[in-house]
Amino acid sequence: MKTYCLEVSGDFACFTRPEMKVERVSYDVMTPSAARAVFEAILWKPAIQWHITKIEVLNPIKWINLRRNEVGAVISTRNVQTAMNSGSGDLGLHIENERQQRAGLFLRDVAYRIHAHFEMRDASRHKHHYPHLVKHSINDAEERQAAGTVNTAAKFLAMFERRAAKGQCVNQPYLGCREFSASFRLIEDISAEPSPITETRDLGWMLYDLDYSNSASPDPRFFRAEMKNGVLDLNNVEVRG
Amino acid sequence: MTLKNRYDFVLLFDVKDGNPNGDPDAGNLPRVDAETGLGLMTDVALKRKVRNFVSMTRDQSEVTESLNGDKKRFEIYVKEKAILNNQNKRAYVGIGKPELLEGEDKKRKGGNAVEEARQWMCKNFYDVRTFGAVMSTGINCGQVRGPVQLTFARSINPIVALEHSITRMAVATEVEAEKQSGDNRTMGRKFTVPYGLYVAHGFISAHLANQTDFGEDDLELLWQALESMFEHDRSAARGEMATRGLYVFKHDSELGNAPAHSLFARIQPKLKIKNENSVVRDFGDYTVMVDEADLPQGVTLQRIVG
Repeated sequence: MKTYCLEVSGDFACFTRPEMKVERVSYDVMTPSAARAVFEAILWKPAIQWHITKIEVLNPIKWINLRRNEVGAVISTRNVQTAMNSGSGDLGLHIENERQQRAGLFLRDVAYRIHAHFEMRDASRHKHHYPHLVKHSINDAEERQAAGTVNTAAKFLAMFERRAAKGQCVNQPYLGCREFSASFRLIEDISAEPSPITETRDLGWMLYDLDYSNSASPDPRFFRAEMKNGVLDLNNVEVRG
Repeated sequence: MTLKNRYDFVLLFDVKDGNPNGDPDAGNLPRVDAETGLGLMTDVALKRKVRNFVSMTRDQSEVTESLNGDKKRFEIYVKEKAILNNQNKRAYVGIGKPELLEGEDKKRKGGNAVEEARQWMCKNFYDVRTFGAVMSTGINCGQVRGPVQLTFARSINPIVALEHSITRMAVATEVEAEKQSGDNRTMGRKFTVPYGLYVAHGFISAHLANQTDFGEDDLELLWQALESMFEHDRSAARGEMATRGLYVFKHDSELGNAPAHSLFARIQPKLKIKNENSVVRDFGDYTVMVDEADLPQGVTLQRIVG
């Protein structure tokens, strides 16, 4: 099974702790689920599932505190339904009424090397959950060629490699929140890269990922995270619900 | 018409004697990165201005015919009350969406309802199809990820925040007047940045655009908004703000033809060094180096501003 390595970096990051998400506080390091999203931003199909195996921390852990005006409401599907059916209604949100000031404790100047591999799974199961993912023509010659072939691991391996090397992505990957965009680089030879920070830190219980087997309300899964010499090794960690 | 290209863009804007984005944690001082002294402006502050521009320039009851015959509208979901109070209870009748009403039976079958509502919101609300939104209930949260992703803006050089004491010649209440025995003067404070040139990065994903039906016409409006949004955002606090550069890298492919960071590195505002003691007070003190040589294959640079 081939493992891929990406270097991701950015000015800011916020891997929000679920217990502190009203006023967001980031975890000290990237979570496996955020790392998975970076790989998925480059390549994801219902036929594959990414697994993060290792996260290497390349920059010292630094923080920044920021407070922003946010909107504390979400769109109510029911109100939209009513407006659609009756043809009238007031749907907009007035920010003066819904304003919340929220502070955030974010990471700054982060860089990670994330390692992952994917496994194939039965794509037909997932069609139902993504009705908005419509097929459309692809205006990239190599992608179009690949699209015509059968789903094999080799096909996706080649697709990922090609995209990551060229800097192609479906959407720009981000570090926890979309405003903290990440630049990424495919690492082909790790021996030529700088080593991670030397710090060792017990990070406590950390979010591993969400379990989507019940897609209507995915369950969070946690693991006991230990950074050893800047490396968060995810092989053989115990994951609990 | 759907997008066929990925875009990455660099937005340069400046402020003169104004406060581009106050920090609620610091008594409305301009946001500063405490470690570097660089000024900050949040992504949400920039998006607010795009929303305001669209709500101001597009008739909120306007129905536009897009190329494939579908009707798209330019309502703004997250409104600033001052501008849009008069839009309350605006009727949705007569915008011609029989196909949505016909679908009623289907909607009752569980999961389809959220999906249909999602599409309807994208079609009617410019900010939902551009920046995305979160819907409260249902399968997969019914979340809309917008194609346009903006980062925090940062100033090129450290900024200084000036504090000004100001006075007013009247008071608000009689109690205040009595306290001052008729002098009726109070003092206030305002903060300005004498000058700051800021840069923000943005990304547009063609794949996400296809999911929200964000089309070429919407893109055109976005560029227009980024170009002129500060022209319609004048206030006592802002001073003089202006868009000084909008450099758009258009990729031939939907997935892109080059890493975004390598393209952003081609736009480098540089301070013209005059002498050691000179301070920056004008856009003319900068030169924006735009490296157009040897662009990666399949990437074109559109200089919309600058």
